[in-house]
Amino acid sequence: MIVELGHFALILAFMVAIFQTAVPLVGAHKGWAGWMSVAEPAATTQFLLTAFSFGALTYAFVTSDFSLSLVVNNSHTLKPMLYKITGVWGNHEGSLLLWVLILTLFGAMAAWFGDNLPPTLRARVLAVQSSVAVAFFAFILFTSNPFERLDFPPFNGQDLNPLLQDPGLAFHPPFLYLGYVGLSMAFSFAVAALIEGRVDAAWGRWVRPWTLAAWVFLTIGIGLGSWWAYYELGWGGFWFWDPVENASFMPWLIAAALMHSAIVVEKREALKSWTILLAILAFGFSLIGTFIVRSGVLTSVHAFANDPERGVYILGILGFFMGGALLLFAFRAGSMEAKGVFSTVSRESGLILNNLLLAVSCFIVFIGTIWPLLAEMFFDRTLSVGPPFFNAAFTPFVFVLAVVLPIAAMLPWKRATVGRSLRALIPAAILALSVGLFVWTMFTGHSILAPMFVALSVWLVAGAMVDLWSRTGRGAVAGRIGRLTRLPRADWGKTVAHAGVGVTIFSIATLTGYQTEDIRVAQVGQPYQVGNYQIELVNVEENVQGPNYISTMAHVAVRELDGREVALVHPERRIYPVAGMATTEAGINNGFTRDVYITLGDPQQNGGWAIRTWIKPFANWIWGGAIIMALGGFLSLSDRRYRVGAAAAKAPAPIQGVPAE
Amino acid sequence: MIRAAMIAMALLLATPALAVQPDEVLPDPVMEERARDISGGLRCLVCRNESIDESNADLARDLRLLVRERLVLGDTDAETVAFIVDRYGEYVLLRPTLTGSSIALWAAGPVIMLLALGLAFTYVRRRAHAEAPTEIALNDAERSRLKEIIGD
Repeated sequence: MIVELGHFALILAFMVAIFQTAVPLVGAHKGWAGWMSVAEPAATTQFLLTAFSFGALTYAFVTSDFSLSLVVNNSHTLKPMLYKITGVWGNHEGSLLLWVLILTLFGAMAAWFGDNLPPTLRARVLAVQSSVAVAFFAFILFTSNPFERLDFPPFNGQDLNPLLQDPGLAFHPPFLYLGYVGLSMAFSFAVAALIEGRVDAAWGRWVRPWTLAAWVFLTIGIGLGSWWAYYELGWGGFWFWDPVENASFMPWLIAAALMHSAIVVEKREALKSWTILLAILAFGFSLIGTFIVRSGVLTSVHAFANDPERGVYILGILGFFMGGALLLFAFRAGSMEAKGVFSTVSRESGLILNNLLLAVSCFIVFIGTIWPLLAEMFFDRTLSVGPPFFNAAFTPFVFVLAVVLPIAAMLPWKRATVGRSLRALIPAAILALSVGLFVWTMFTGHSILAPMFVALSVWLVAGAMVDLWSRTGRGAVAGRIGRLTRLPRADWGKTVAHAGVGVTIFSIATLTGYQTEDIRVAQVGQPYQVGNYQIELVNVEENVQGPNYISTMAHVAVRELDGREVALVHPERRIYPVAGMATTEAGINNGFTRDVYITLGDPQQNGGWAIRTWIKPFANWIWGGAIIMALGGFLSLSDRRYRVGAAAAKAPAPIQGVPAE
Repeated sequence: MIRAAMIAMALLLATPALAVQPDEVLPDPVMEERARDISGGLRCLVCRNESIDESNADLARDLRLLVRERLVLGDTDAETVAFIVDRYGEYVLLRPTLTGSSIALWAAGPVIMLLALGLAFTYVRRRAHAEAPTEIALNDAERSRLKEIIGD
């Protein structure tokens, strides 16, 4: 019964979405306040109905209702409760339902917190947002209905793909979707502004927090996914330039560009049409990402649920929204007149350079990802584009970005001289160069790239700190420290996020440059040396029974060279009989400066087991950097100028409550 | 009974869990390093999207052994790769060659970057020489809205 109600709620939500698309648009065009104001209750209703529908599906999973074909295909009574719940979005239908749930949530939030928007803009934003929801509701209801019943329910289900039964991956899709779908807000604002024919500083201010929030969620989502791949796929890689990974990386790059260019719109009223274009493209790349993941046109290691026919439908959605928005852009972009005047060297130019680098690097990822498709279609060549291409084509952009970032971040608005911010950065540059040289001389015989990027990462972190310090003005150190704590959170956010980029680059440089690897047949009880550690296979247990798998589990001791025990790790090989799949679980000893990463292979004919050991320097810092970046985003989001509108609505704020910008 | 069935399943499903097996490793570390480098750039043909260096598949193992065999026979890295491409086609290369239409792929990034730099530069120059706009007065609606925000 609850399942039927869930299905019914979804249909109702679809109807409400159609209503919410049409009525407020007409109202905004004609200036009818009543027609415009229906958008807010409609957005709330749409969200509540979708939430109920999602709840009903979750209920079916939790109670293992095997009359639902989706539950049969993706769940099992023996599965732990956590994965019964996360199984809701571990499949095509359920993940799309999660997608629209988040889409309607963002729409509802724009309705709840959009009091300070001009009424016509607000009505148009909500209508555009709802039109995206219409497309996805239709997609779910007509092609991917999660509430499909079976005539003859089986006694048990077929289990979720065991690779997905993991905490890291369980929460990876919700964050990623929060990011993808968060960019729909930027898109709705852009299209509404194009219909309105007007973009001003206020528009930039409204779009920024949405984009920033979306970017933060994407950062967390990508970080979780990469962390999962690192410990679960069993060869300790963190990024494979796989189409599905690129699908999430492209919107991340564009969102990063967008949140920087929106600053220029907000503070300087320039770059308007470019920012609108970026907002459209950012959501476009989210849709492309969904298309790549859901259609399976590009072969990927992560293709868990896909179907080419559904891909065509998403391609249709993509074509409609991108085509429509870009057409509108072509007609209206000319009317977005820039106001701000700035000289060739200025923060504005610095941010433009940032945008170029991010946008072009996104383009490289895009063309590399779809090139196999293009080559086959137009040139009749079957070829592959893999990590060697992306590393070669993408790295130079990271290099230039990292060199320029600290300098550009310190340039003042309007008119600046490079020399001045360079002078302030001299200590950072000296520190970076000496660390780079130190690393280079310490580890001779390795590629020059690693020390170069280590130096750059130090440059980024130190540069971010110099930037923050320079914001405290002049005078005694004590006074400046006092002022440091009173700086706007946005300044702190900028520093923290830029430093996070440095931390991630540092870790990638050391990990790719200096990891130690060892492959051998290990005999039980015979220790051997890998790097600065002693490894001993203590014993191997076979046929260990898990909740829904059987495991071969090794116990491997990691010791210092003097014999002191560091850790006992347990690499495993698991068989999930219901899903019919085998997985490996690496045994990892996480450390601040290194991970010891051990995987278990086959038993050998002459006794012993194949064991593969890596010492991965600073591995955790990759995700540490991502967390720091996200934290910077959160800090910036909590800046008080985003709360001013809310405060003014509740109580009369003092005059100085208005930001002086 | 169920347990026995599960173990039987387990035996059926058992796959090698390591990509590079200990018995594949060449005694000469320099040559092994070259072999690893080469295999990192070759695609496993039966896998989703993995290099033969990362894959557990049997075919990937055969290719890894083939790479090592060629190296031991004295082939250079380029000759080894060419040998494999001759047999399996350019699809095995994870790094597209700089030939024919693939030149467009390699050139796309730098060309777009130069174009974008040019466009951005003209835009910035125009902004630098643009006249500062005169202050535009607020209209009535905006003025009352401003009052509301300030809280007068």
